[in-house]
Amino acid sequence: MTRPTPETLAHTARRSRAAAEPAGDVDPAAAARAAATPAVPAVRTPAPAQVSGAGSLVRSLEALDVDVVFGIPGGAILPAYDPLYDSTVRHILVRHEQGAGHAATGYAQATGKVGVCIATSGPGATNLVTPIADAYMDSVAMVAITGQVARPSIGTDAFQEADIQGITLPITKHNFLVQTPEEIPQVLAEAFHLASTGRPGPVLVDIPKDVLQASTTFAWPPTLDLPGYRPTLHPHGKQIREAARLMAGARRPVLYVGGGVLKAGATDGLRRLAELTGIPVVTTLMALGAFPDSHPQHLGMPGMHGTVAAVYGLQKADLIVALGARFDDRVTGKLDSFAPDAMVVHADIDPAEIGKNRHADVPIVGDARHVIDELIAAVTVERSAGHGSDLGDWWTQLDDLRNRYPLGYDEPADGTLSPQYVIKRLGEIVGPDAIYVAGVGQHQMWASQFISYEKPHTWLNSGGLGTMGYAVPAAMGAKVGKPDTVVWAVDGDGCFQMTNQELATCALEGIPVKIAVINNGNLGMVRQWQTLFYNERYSNTDLGTHKHRIPDFVKLAEALGCIGLRCENADDVDKTIAAAMEINDAPVVIDFVVGKDAMVWPMVAAGTSNDEIMFARGVRPVFDEDDI
Amino acid sequence: MTMHTLSVLVENKPGVLARVSGLFSRRGFNIDSLAVGETENPDVSRITIVVNAESSPLEQVTKQLNKLVNVLKIVELDPQVSVARELLLVKVRADRSARTQVLETVNLFRARVVDVAPDTLTIEATGTPDKLDALLRDLEPFGIKEMVQSGLVAIGRGSRSITAGPALRAA
Repeated sequence: MTRPTPETLAHTARRSRAAAEPAGDVDPAAAARAAATPAVPAVRTPAPAQVSGAGSLVRSLEALDVDVVFGIPGGAILPAYDPLYDSTVRHILVRHEQGAGHAATGYAQATGKVGVCIATSGPGATNLVTPIADAYMDSVAMVAITGQVARPSIGTDAFQEADIQGITLPITKHNFLVQTPEEIPQVLAEAFHLASTGRPGPVLVDIPKDVLQASTTFAWPPTLDLPGYRPTLHPHGKQIREAARLMAGARRPVLYVGGGVLKAGATDGLRRLAELTGIPVVTTLMALGAFPDSHPQHLGMPGMHGTVAAVYGLQKADLIVALGARFDDRVTGKLDSFAPDAMVVHADIDPAEIGKNRHADVPIVGDARHVIDELIAAVTVERSAGHGSDLGDWWTQLDDLRNRYPLGYDEPADGTLSPQYVIKRLGEIVGPDAIYVAGVGQHQMWASQFISYEKPHTWLNSGGLGTMGYAVPAAMGAKVGKPDTVVWAVDGDGCFQMTNQELATCALEGIPVKIAVINNGNLGMVRQWQTLFYNERYSNTDLGTHKHRIPDFVKLAEALGCIGLRCENADDVDKTIAAAMEINDAPVVIDFVVGKDAMVWPMVAAGTSNDEIMFARGVRPVFDEDDI
Repeated sequence: MTMHTLSVLVENKPGVLARVSGLFSRRGFNIDSLAVGETENPDVSRITIVVNAESSPLEQVTKQLNKLVNVLKIVELDPQVSVARELLLVKVRADRSARTQVLETVNLFRARVVDVAPDTLTIEATGTPDKLDALLRDLEPFGIKEMVQSGLVAIGRGSRSITAGPALRAA
């Protein structure tokens, strides 16, 4: 790529020097923030001020209370980097735009604020495509700002031109191509509003270079003009009463909780609703932490690698109350055999999700917080009228399943280190206050299963898109957003090799994340499918990280300015994790060399019915139909 | 599968048509006919889309359309209580021997001749898709040299207007 021009390289060098100063015993993240943040209050301009388009952009970001952006400069976006140099907004110089995008996502997921990333035109913008698609699938509030070639050059195949607005049409909640410098404050305000309200999602703002360079006026606040955007927050009372009536009458109800509950900040309400009704709860991959794993009403995660109790709970339910969940294929398995006897109450802020995959008997459009609060009130009315069924038999069934089929794993027969053991110990030693960020694959599923999530926003992962390489940059963003929280990435050796370059960013910017590489030397989940469905023909899944120790993750970590540790046997797991926990002034990478044959169980094979769940290889749960 | 006619009111901004048409193809729908034009409010454009679909997937695509930020309102027009028209321009072979017969057909369908050449007539006709199909069938034997058809435009009968509404006033 020809992106960095000589000017940008010089510019970068100046910024890096400031950030790389040794931080001593001061919290390096805080120190770096202080270094990059002059003590100027955020600008509020009642009277219009004369600025460049770039100045208007940066002042808009300041007015929107943006404290950090992740990005890389380049030709078309270069004008924006000049006023950014003096801004209260901290810019974190990443090593690849994909890192900027996932960091913005990690920041947003950990803090609940809008994550912001910046890239230049052409390759800079197209490198953001994966994280934008990722944020779209997981409904993350993200604003991506890209430079574009100057207006007269648009459409001419100019140097570093790409139609990023066209490219991102299907993967953004909305996107803008800014036409004039005057509209910059309004477009930015609209972008932040769209990204963070309703069903959150990524919004892209593409700004031509000559618009950034042109002279304009800046005034704040602008007026939003979004006549077609009216998210429904408050549910319909009649639908709520109908849902409460069904909940009171159901004999086998389940609360099916999705990521929308976390995004709406509805976790306290969820707990009250669950305890008021006694209804079992399942939390999807996107919702882990929305309801404490240790809570006796929690059946665990449903879906392809969910617990037997959660999968069967949904499958045999007579009422599913879906809250901010979308009946994803990884949850339902083969759709036409999913929960055949269940009535469905489906509450979501996005009307298009309701009835998309599964017919909803009671559709409820609304924000999960309002829905849950109103459900609590309506259920209370039902109960005071003496309505409510005895869930004793249902709980007896579910408890029996939980006891017979708990999450577990076998120690590898070949004496290698068990990946599940490593992840389980990590969760136990580090505890429920930390934030855990996973990549995609076996390690992600084990991290969802064997770490106990007790609090909201402590589990970040790429659920919908399944983006390998998510963990390191997302952990970086989460740590920037929550500098006082311990942030662990649980990554695979395959994922880690996609985005580990951001550890250089972490080392230089004082972002002490911790990375547990669950190194089984293979693309583990793909290998698992080859084991199960392709006659153990391991086509192109051995990465050589075991056989050749290429790369050597300890040396790689050190080369990137991190502390590298290695652990190859069970006896060393605790002390290696403890050693990593002691290090707070630099990023740490632990290379956990684990066996390659461990598999993720339980499993509902892709395209099959949830009734076909396998508890372990060749072991189907015994489930007496007559009991239910 | 049945034909559905959707009137989609959108903000009159660049790129909105691409957002709407892209959404149809992305969700696996074929657009049978499309017509776009300004409304009485220059800030608002009206897209008339005819699509062949079952009603439940159509509901899904309508909900997805409604999510587009530039889409203000979507109304499905019931053919029983709406007026729908297409415009057809067709160049028909009509030398001296056939000209009278062609003109007779034109009159029968209340179409108009808009251009004359020694061996052809160019005919303009408006009407429902059924009527235009019938006209074409009758003209076919003379030899159709070229034809062009507009997308369907449609409007509800009676005094009610779909463009009256809070969202549209705001636009």
